[in-house]
Amino acid sequence: MKKNIRILLAKPGLDGHLRGINVLAKALMDAGMEVVYLGVDLTPNEIAQAAVEEGADIIGLSIHAGGAATLFSKVKSALSEQGGDNIPILVGGIITPKEKPKLREMGVVEIFGPGSRLQSIIRCINETVQHAGL
Amino acid sequence: MGGKLDIKLIEEEKINWEKKCVNPILEKMGERESEFSTSSINNVSRVYTPEDIKNLEYLDDLNFPGQYPFTRGIRPTGYRGQLWTHRLVSGAMGGKESNKILKNLLAHGETGLNPVFDPPTLNVRDSDEEISQSQVGINGTAIDTLIDMENLFDGIDIEKVSVSLIAPHPFLFPMYIAMAENRGVKLHKLRGTIQNDCINNSHSCNWFRMAPLPLRMKVHGDAVEFATKYLPSWNPLSIVGYHIREGGATAAQEIGFTLADGIAYVKDFIERGMDVDSFAPRLSFFFSCETDFLEEVAKFRAARRVWAKIMKNRFHAKEERSLLLRYHVQTAGNSLLAQQPLNNIIRTTIQALAAVLGGCNSLHTNSYDEAFAAPTPEAALIALRTQQIIAHESGVANTVDPLGGSYCIEAFTDELERKSFEIIEQVDKRGGAVKAWKWIQDSYLSAAYEKQKRIENNKEVVVGLNAFTLDEQEDQELNLFEIDPDFEEKQIAFLSEIKRKRDQKSVERALNEITHITEKGMNTMSPMVEAYKALATLGEVRRAWERGANVAV
Repeated sequence: MKKNIRILLAKPGLDGHLRGINVLAKALMDAGMEVVYLGVDLTPNEIAQAAVEEGADIIGLSIHAGGAATLFSKVKSALSEQGGDNIPILVGGIITPKEKPKLREMGVVEIFGPGSRLQSIIRCINETVQHAGL
Repeated sequence: MGGKLDIKLIEEEKINWEKKCVNPILEKMGERESEFSTSSINNVSRVYTPEDIKNLEYLDDLNFPGQYPFTRGIRPTGYRGQLWTHRLVSGAMGGKESNKILKNLLAHGETGLNPVFDPPTLNVRDSDEEISQSQVGINGTAIDTLIDMENLFDGIDIEKVSVSLIAPHPFLFPMYIAMAENRGVKLHKLRGTIQNDCINNSHSCNWFRMAPLPLRMKVHGDAVEFATKYLPSWNPLSIVGYHIREGGATAAQEIGFTLADGIAYVKDFIERGMDVDSFAPRLSFFFSCETDFLEEVAKFRAARRVWAKIMKNRFHAKEERSLLLRYHVQTAGNSLLAQQPLNNIIRTTIQALAAVLGGCNSLHTNSYDEAFAAPTPEAALIALRTQQIIAHESGVANTVDPLGGSYCIEAFTDELERKSFEIIEQVDKRGGAVKAWKWIQDSYLSAAYEKQKRIENNKEVVVGLNAFTLDEQEDQELNLFEIDPDFEEKQIAFLSEIKRKRDQKSVERALNEITHITEKGMNTMSPMVEAYKALATLGEVRRAWERGANVAV
């Protein structure tokens, strides 16, 4: 039997804009994925630790309050330190055009800004996990 | 409303009209949709007639502006006497930098201030805490101590201008008071608002999320009680519908859930021993305004009527001022697109016009670049000018409630009133908003999910997103607002310098007093004012309160 994809969703830092990540969590569950929903008020270390402990296949991060590139890269470094370097990351929210190349450089699989379709996010997750052979 | 109109004749004639005029066209070309709807009203009629509002009684249901049930507005002269307050959300980096932004907007004709704070400040955290990393001064002003607050309002006459502090918690309120007292300003002269809505923040943003809701109700209520005694022109609570709508709610849910939150506060304050007429006139509200124009106009009219009925019939308020729904509106942030962003100016204009025709008391208009970042000064100026054009050129401010009496608007107003009372009843059944916040959150999250699916299935057209799109390369590129990348480091250095120089003993004494007063269940505002004057930080004051309130952190 094919194993369900296990995705961890979190918002690093103190940003309280929850609609995007909450709607996405619902859509991913409807698409048959296991969603580990961490919510908000989390340091990059806490997110990385949870991703490793929970055995996440993939991580989705969201920020709408600015500072996205810095916070996402801190999650990425924390993951490397905790042995989760191979877990792919998708990001979403308010991300400036200048931040995008930085995020791609650090290996973010895809950036989903305002107006992204749930269906494209789901497709991207499926393809990424398949590709990683997880 | 019927007057001399013969409703029966209209009904008969409508049937004839459908047979003779409508049906042949339907057979030939049909209509664009099989059913038209708004966020809350299914099956919008082809045309509205006196038949749709045959039960409306002018004096009972509408009445004159400034008269119960205030459907047509809370002021007898509407905007002919005084325009709504033009108030733009503003602030970035530190007190000094944000001060320039505030003064610039005032110079361009802004009539009220609306300072917003960075994520750490919104969460009652200091800039030097680990969780605050990379968010200091972003999308709002970083406030750690009284010095930041003093810098923010430097050279601004706080006796003259009304100041609405966008803070979901009460902890900035005593800091503002400390700033005013240090300046020698009498508290009764202060005009403004602090949002201070913890019920909303449980189900929407989750700012200041550390303490359980019943504990928070006490400290939030302290601000209300204090203001009732000493700041008669201050709104110590602004009950928020904006975040509910932004979270995906329908228009009916927005007013239903917001007013249900309002009911929970009124009950709580009465249980504290406060007289309903002592605080109710100072309760204010904060709503969103989306682009579906007619529904939005009707929403505000319905909300005023529902609140007046609640305060009169449920809480038996005696003073007329206790029945008035006074509110600020912000245009809908979630409607702003990153695609073809200049179109956002048009969206904001439509929303602002609906807010004005709905009778708002105060208005923020979003800037077109906010799907990317906090606004540039140029974009914020266009947003302000949008309000000024509506106020001074459009003519809509020259007669009160000009859409009142429209068959459609009145039918929508009735429908939204009915639906919001139903929603309030459902919240009541679940024990009120404090108990039911999770259910409230789930309800509008489901609405958000359904809306997203409709957009993805092209059931709802969003210009530039699922229709009339451009390739990414063809799209407009904007110059965006950027903050000084070294700001966080500078603010932390500034804070540690203050901590080094202050009299540590007075700080500790003042913080212990907060803990002590909290333990005794007394009002915490005065000891907080004193602690800020001794240069205690926002985070220290929060922790002192948490110790007293026994919050497990």
